[in-house]
Amino acid sequence: MSEKPQVKSSPSFFNNPRNRSLIYQFLLLAGLAYFFYGIINNTLVNMEARGIKSGYDFLFTTAGFDILMSLIPYDATYTYGRTFVVGLLNTILVSTIGIVLATIVGFLMGVAHFSKNWLIRKLAVAYIETFRNIPLLLQIFFWYFAVLATLPGARQSLSIGEAIFLNVRGLYLPGLIAEPGAGFVYAAIGLAFTAIIFLVRWARKRQNDTGQQFPVFLTSLGILVGLPLVALLLSGIPFVWDFPALKGFNFRGGITIIPELMALVLALTVYTGAFIAEAVRAGVQAVPHGQTEAARSLGLKESKIMKLIIVPQAMRVIVPLLNSEYQSLVKNSTLATAIGYPDLFTVFVGTTLNQTGQAIEIVFMTMAVYFVINMSISFVMNRFNASVELAERN
Amino acid sequence: MKQLTSVIATGLALSLSLGAQAGTLEDVQKRGTVSCGVGTGLAGFSQKDENGVWSGLDVDVCRAVAAAVLGDASKVQYKPLTAKERFTALQSGEIDILSRNTTWTHTRDTSLGLNFAGVNYYDGQGFMVSKALGVKSALELDGAAVCIQAGTTTELNLADYFRTNGITYNAITFDTSDQTRAGFESGRCDVLTSDQSQLYALRIGLSDPSSAIVLPEVISKEPLGPVVSQGDDAWFNVVRWSLMAMIEAEFLGIDSASADKAKAEGNPSQKRLMGSEGDAGAKMGIPADWAYNIVKQVGNYAESFERNVGSGSSLKIARGLNAQWNKGGIMYSSPVR
Repeated sequence: MSEKPQVKSSPSFFNNPRNRSLIYQFLLLAGLAYFFYGIINNTLVNMEARGIKSGYDFLFTTAGFDILMSLIPYDATYTYGRTFVVGLLNTILVSTIGIVLATIVGFLMGVAHFSKNWLIRKLAVAYIETFRNIPLLLQIFFWYFAVLATLPGARQSLSIGEAIFLNVRGLYLPGLIAEPGAGFVYAAIGLAFTAIIFLVRWARKRQNDTGQQFPVFLTSLGILVGLPLVALLLSGIPFVWDFPALKGFNFRGGITIIPELMALVLALTVYTGAFIAEAVRAGVQAVPHGQTEAARSLGLKESKIMKLIIVPQAMRVIVPLLNSEYQSLVKNSTLATAIGYPDLFTVFVGTTLNQTGQAIEIVFMTMAVYFVINMSISFVMNRFNASVELAERN
Repeated sequence: MKQLTSVIATGLALSLSLGAQAGTLEDVQKRGTVSCGVGTGLAGFSQKDENGVWSGLDVDVCRAVAAAVLGDASKVQYKPLTAKERFTALQSGEIDILSRNTTWTHTRDTSLGLNFAGVNYYDGQGFMVSKALGVKSALELDGAAVCIQAGTTTELNLADYFRTNGITYNAITFDTSDQTRAGFESGRCDVLTSDQSQLYALRIGLSDPSSAIVLPEVISKEPLGPVVSQGDDAWFNVVRWSLMAMIEAEFLGIDSASADKAKAEGNPSQKRLMGSEGDAGAKMGIPADWAYNIVKQVGNYAESFERNVGSGSSLKIARGLNAQWNKGGIMYSSPVR
């Protein structure tokens, strides 16, 4: 440090609080960057020294193993990169089904909790308390080993009308094979949905303007069934049934739902459903009883009170809770590995990692995927939350 | 400025402390135990009895190394690992040796940072099917559901074999061999495929072993052996020669009962192995009686084989390829001299 007296009377550069905080933040950032650089560099150097291969080249080499279930064409001649996509799609499939079913079960059970019927009320409580308090892994094992594994073998399948078969290998459903002209029917379905969206908007506007109500639900149902049906008849029914049939060791044809998927969906649905039911109960109880009484005094029917008064207010409490339940469900779906359902974790972090040995790259990719999926869920749910939030006056 | 200095100092300290890596042999000697990755429970190879004592052909390799380095075969810390976990455990330094039915392949040897120290069992992949199916050959398995353990060479061989022969199949992969057996028993799959030695072990575990048969086809070469981390030659030598010593002892006719006699009054080869002549142990940095301790406490290869998987066990596997080279097999050890 120099001994010269300060010439200027203005505060020095370092004593300016703004400059100071900027400098400290910059130093912290540089320190963090150096820390991560150190970790990554060390890892690379040590891996190099130990002769461990690194990089993402493996994604383009042939995998050489088969996967039980794939939504896109896949066999042993495809690449490791393809195994990533196959696993990812299977994860998205099980998560989507799980989220939809858990939401339905959760809302039904949450509402049943307030039923006036003693039996229904107690059943809902018993369901919530039981399944919320048993570890998920145990429930997956229960469904897989205790329930589905005890089904009869392929040759003694339980069947409904020689079209639907259930055995230890899975659920076999008849599939539909599209023939030329099927596009006409798909277009009709698309048209039906578009029509319904417009109908709903029109009905809401009309009610807001005039107070008159329109039977939206029944009309929508009519459009949804009627339009495709007309298209189907006009185009000469361009579909044929593909029935599963026992050939050799297994059923072939139709749609196969493997027991691993069933067990995982059942476990995730029942487990997460119990938590969602609790969220719904909390949401409904958060609406002051005065609201119900006020609605009754206005002469609204009980069903209308639920739909117009209770649920919109309850949603404000429920939606943020739903968000975290959905995220948990996606993360919990990695337990698939315990029963061999080929999700991203089983296929990519399991087999692919083991065959290539590139743990760091694969674990990093997988972490990134779950991060992106959960951020997307959060994004959608936050948008939804904003739409149900109390519109405050500015 | 003081804060700044401490931040930089901490950063430097952190980045420097991540690099160091000592020799495994010194670590083991200092620690007093060998950390050994074994199977999660496979009859004959690595299994734990009701008293928590591990035994098996793979376990004996761990015990031999402990006997050679520490003079006590019981100083082993066992880490049961699934097929999926095993290489990561070795790469990260969690275990010193991996001795767990691991097939020696080119990819594993060259790209995982591992070295195979030898072969303690020559195996090949086979199929087990339910007798009720009436199948006589693997070529009749078109459309079958096949249970496999995830993360094994088995998965790849299976895909190759069925593709070569134009047969379709469904692969159902499980984490542990116990789960594959459960899947086979519940009827989830028609076929269980694994290394032949494991098939015999799994078959015994069935509630009715006579209900299943092992098909004659052997579709792959599976040399199984202990694995160590690459780049630690001193430790690699110790593990390789601990296994060699068991095979060499059988070749030289030394077993646990005759070890003392061979050490005191054996022929020169026997004395060299037992450490009463020469300095084989000192060259590896371990005690002179390293091989004596192995044979005395663990036994030679024949004893280990018969006790765990051969005539002295419930598996009753014949020596076959695993006999000494001069008795119709391919077990061969380099000479200790």
